[in-house]
Order: sequence, then C-alpha cells, then structure tokens
Amino acid sequence: MDLHDLPKPQDLMDIDLNKPPETGWMNNPAVFKDGTYSYPAAGKNLKILGMPNPRQWAPADEDWKLPENWQEIILKGMKERLEKYRSFRLFMDICVRCGACADKCHFFIGSGDPKNMPVLRAELIRSVYRNDFTLLGKMLGRFGGGRELTIDVLKEWFYYFFQCTECRRCSVFCPYGIDTAEVTMIGRELLNLVGLNINWVIEPVANCYRYGNHLGIPPHGLLDMWEFMADDVEDITGIKVNLPVNKKGAEILFVTPSGDYFADPGTYTCMGYMMLFHELGLDYTWSTYASEGGNFGLFTSHEMIKRLNAKIYAEAKRLGVKWILGGECGHMWRVVHQYMETMNGPADFLEEPVSPITGTKFENAKQTKMVHITEFTSDLIKNGKLKLDPSRNDKIIATYHDSCNPARAAGLLEEPRYVIRNVTNNFYEMPENTIREQTFCCGGGAGLGNDENIEMRMRGAFPRASALNHVVAKHDVNRLLCMCAIDRATLTALTHYWAPDVTVGGIHELVANALVMNGEKERTVDLRGEPLGDEEEDE
Amino acid sequence: MLVDLLLENKKTIIKHWTDLTIDTYPPEAGSFMRNQKNQFANPVGAAIVNGVEALFDWVMSGSKDYSPDVVRRLDDIVRIRAVQQFSASDALGFIFLLKKCLRESIPEKMMKDQHFIVELLKLESRVDSLALRSFDIYMKCREKLFEMRAMEIRNRTSRILERACMKYGAPHDW
Repeated sequence: MDLHDLPKPQDLMDIDLNKPPETGWMNNPAVFKDGTYSYPAAGKNLKILGMPNPRQWAPADEDWKLPENWQEIILKGMKERLEKYRSFRLFMDICVRCGACADKCHFFIGSGDPKNMPVLRAELIRSVYRNDFTLLGKMLGRFGGGRELTIDVLKEWFYYFFQCTECRRCSVFCPYGIDTAEVTMIGRELLNLVGLNINWVIEPVANCYRYGNHLGIPPHGLLDMWEFMADDVEDITGIKVNLPVNKKGAEILFVTPSGDYFADPGTYTCMGYMMLFHELGLDYTWSTYASEGGNFGLFTSHEMIKRLNAKIYAEAKRLGVKWILGGECGHMWRVVHQYMETMNGPADFLEEPVSPITGTKFENAKQTKMVHITEFTSDLIKNGKLKLDPSRNDKIIATYHDSCNPARAAGLLEEPRYVIRNVTNNFYEMPENTIREQTFCCGGGAGLGNDENIEMRMRGAFPRASALNHVVAKHDVNRLLCMCAIDRATLTALTHYWAPDVTVGGIHELVANALVMNGEKERTVDLRGEPLGDEEEDE
Repeated sequence: MLVDLLLENKKTIIKHWTDLTIDTYPPEAGSFMRNQKNQFANPVGAAIVNGVEALFDWVMSGSKDYSPDVVRRLDDIVRIRAVQQFSASDALGFIFLLKKCLRESIPEKMMKDQHFIVELLKLESRVDSLALRSFDIYMKCREKLFEMRAMEIRNRTSRILERACMKYGAPHDW
C-alpha cells in the first residue's frame, strides 16, 4: 500500500478543522455554547425595577418569549436614541471600516471570533441602522450593508453585546474616536426594552436599588462585616481602629465598591482603608445607605445609571459632609468621573475637596466633589505624611494591571504607580502595549464576570495573562495589583487558569502592610495573616 | 535517515503545520494571527508559532522524556484551545495535523522503501504520544474551569459565611 493513500488525520477524526463558515457574516447565527454566555435576568428582578417583559427564559431555547411587537419596540427605541444621543448617530454614520480597531479587542484576540472585532460588533447594529434609518440602506438593502432586524439578528445582538466588557481599548485606536463601548451600551439599552438582559447585571442592580449594595446586605449586616474587619485589623496590629458609620457632620463621606466588603482579596484592601484613615485621624464616615460605589446601571441603561448613582449625593447631603472620597474601583470611577455631576448634580451643597492632612486642593474634583483614593494617598506620600516601611512587602514582587475605566476613561495612570513604588521595593511593569491607555481588560467587566461565562472570560483574559506571564518569567512576579473590585474577583480567576503562581490584590492592602501605625504591636503577619518574612528561608 | 531529511525541511514543515493549525480559526482571525508579529498583541498566534516548533523538535529528537520546556509549549497551545469554541477533538486535532505535514514532506518514491516507512511509523507514534499528553493537559484545564466556577461561588460570600459561622459556633474552615 502506498503511504500517500493513507487516510489523512482530518478524515480519521471527522473534525471540522479546516472549515470556516462559507457564508458571509450576516448569515451566521450566534451559537450559544455553554460557558460562553451569561444566564438571563430573573423575572423577579425585572419586576423590582419595573423593567419590561419579566419571565423565565434561556438563551439556548428556541423561543425567547418576546413581546409580539418586539421589532417595533426596538426600532422605535433606536429612533429615540438616534435623536437623543448625537454620539450614537455619529458612531453609526462615520465608521469607514478602516480596521484599526479590529485586532484590539481582547475577546477577538483570545477567541479568534471575527464578530468580536469591534468594527464588526458595531456593524451588528449599524447594519440595522442602515436598513431602517438611511435612504441608501432602504434602497440598496444588503448591497448597501443593510440588514433586516430578524430574530437571529436580535439573538446575535444579545450574544455579542454581552460579550463586550465596555473596556474601550478599541476606541483608543479609532482615528475617528468612535467609542464602541457606547455602541454596546446603546445595544444593551435596546435589548432591555424587550426584556433581554443578564442576571449578573440585573440582580446587583435590583439589590442596589432596594438595599444600596450589590449583594442586598441590610445596614446591620454591613456594620457587622465592617466590625469583623476591624477585629481582624486589631489581631494583626493590636490597634482598635476607629469605625465611624453614618456619622452626621463628618468632613468626608467614603464610598467604595461593596465587593470589597465580602470577598477576598478585596477585603484586605478594605481593611487597608480603615487602617489608613485611623492612622490619619481622618474625620470621615462609612455609609450604610451609599454602601456601594459600583453601579451596574452602567451596564443596563443611562436611566439606570442615574437611578443608582443618586444615592451618593443624597447621602452626602443628608450627612452634611464637605466632600466625598472614593475607594479603589473601576467602573464606579467612570460613572463618577463622566456621568455623576451631569446626571445628579450640581453638588453645590458640597465644597471643593481639600485634603485635611496636607491642605492640597483637588482642583480636578472641583465639579464632582469626589476624589479617588489613589489621588488622596499619593498626595499624602508626596507630602511625607505617612510613615512607611516598604520592606514589609518584600515577599511581594508586584506588577500593576491598569483597570480599564480608571486608566482609559479617567486618566488615573501615575497616582497608583506612585503609591505602589512607595510601599513596595519590587515593582515591574508589563509590556508597554498592554498597560496604561492600552491596558488589556480582565475579561470579566461590564457584568460578564459570572461563573457560567467562564470560558468566554478566559478567552478575553488571555491577552492580559500573556503579558503577565512575561513578567512572571522575567522577574518572578507573584502579585498582580489592580484598583478595581471587579478586577480583584475576575483577575483571581485569570491567574488560577493562566498564571497559577500569582496572587491578586489591591493597592491599599500593600499601603496598610507598609504603614507604620502609632502604637502598633510588632507586625509578624500581613493583612492576609501570612508571615511577613519568608519563613522557609529563615529556617 | 528520514529524520535528517525532515530536519532539512524543518522550516517548511513547521510553516505547514502552523498554517494548518491557524486554519482552524476563521479566515479574518487567521490573517491576524499570521501577520501580527508582536507577541503581546497576538498571544494566540505567538503560542502556536513558538509551540509547534518546540513540539516538532521533540518529535524529531527521539528523546523519551518530555522536557519542562516541551510540556510548557504544549500546555501553551492546549490551554488556549481548551477555552475556545472548539469541541475536544477539534481542540486537540491540531497535533495530528503534524502527521499530514510529515507525510507530505516525504518524496513519494522514498515511501516505497520499507526502511523509511518503519522510521515514519516511529515518528508518528511519537506524535500519538504528544496527543495523549495533550489529553492530560486538556482535561486538567477543563477540570480547572469547573473548580474555578465552584470557587467563585464560594468566595463571593466567603466572609459573610465565615462571620455567620463564627457567630453561631459552626465550623468555618474550608
């Protein structure tokens, strides 16, 4: 027998290795594979929020139980938004499909799915725009890039708009400044009109709407958790920290993502805040009402952003504080920085923030009256107000993941680095095309960080992990720092899968490790309860 | 020796194997994976390109043991494909594509010689060995994913549970 006549491996395995779809992108319906999509919003949560079409359904089902006139609802919603948001109409019109954004999305890079190219993701909605809202599209139909809004198109929207983390990396590269994240936001708003949403977004929204925080913890539960943390701090430092809650007349209201109250490793960062504020003798307060910095309204609709954000100014007013300090957070900062004042301001009952410790005026926060904790802490360090012993963090070889929203949307690039450099002796940057404005997403932002979506998350996380593994190999990095509560959860999964020797943590955990506190006992363990020195080496 | 001949053609074989592997992705992704040379901008392409070369060298080396480097390279590719849109057979099928590349790089007339055929069969067995090894990695990756799902659900509220257990005297060590 001639060897060349042997069956080829492809024949033997009967696998589709070399068969990419032969039809154009418009004709390939989305395939809902387990592990690559999020579960739909529970009807009870939609009812709480007064949102349309509450019901039980599943993306893998044929029938999505949509209202009969769903097409009409979506197209009407699109028309309204095209009139209301000039940016949306502009983004629909001006894309020349140059492809600059095409290979910049972490989901495209990690999955190879062309519909994760930002240009094509936007094209999913743009094709309908052309078909129904432009003369050329109405005349030419598919030849003009138009496409009718069919049920398959709607399902595709659901699949891909809940496969964008709104990280805005693509927008950095667009020569026209098209912000594909905003296209996703509008896409999600439209889907919401017919009851297509995911529970990982809507449940936190519903909880936040009723209880003020994502997990729906009532005030006494929060107090309990904070006291629990304060007890841990006392065990480690010997100091019983001051824990002001709902304190009227305090100078500063502190608001941070609630993810850091309940889940490690965020809890260590939260303990870090308590220690820092205690050491400074800061006149501040926690709030059980404005108990959540995060705002999953951002992943739902503009109306919902406003609804959930309102509590921050309301609480500041009720307590009579002078200004607001925000904890380490990601999308919270985008909301604060770009929407809060427009939506719920003017905050004319507050004062322009001034650090009571250094006297520094935070002019950048003149309008919102809210300062980011890394701005606050870097100012303290710059003015020599903290006694720090970075050697307490010597076991940690750190790198820093720029969380998308603070970095790209709010330009917080130097402050976190300045703090990190002052509290650690070992800090190494990841490659430059993966940090700062070009930072790669964790793969789980914008409500996608749920466990059922784990495969998709790992695809999206891979570009970040690849850069991380580079510094692990080169510098033995063992800690991935970030300043976002979502990151602290999702990067933990990322490192488990892609870089198992790396732990994840926030910046203020390291600040508190290094902080030499007045009257503290000799520290033998860090905030995680792990020995400060390397015991194995000591032996 | 067949191995010498194949090593002479190493560049062509590796390119062929790389191309076939990249062809398992949609064409738009394929062209990106081939053309973007920055490893951080194109980590999947980089893992494939670097991986197939190391794996080819191992098949040719005749060594019985897997060096940590070879295992890592294999892991690099399998770990990626274990979370992509592939079925298990599609994810690991790229290993067997090397057989096709090897066979096609050998001139037909040489294949009349039984001596060469035996040599080729030996090499193909080594490819099978790689495939078996990749099953192990693939399964570990998949198990890891499920473990991570469980861990996430647990960690989300770990502190609340710990606190509640302490309060009511229940054991709270995981």
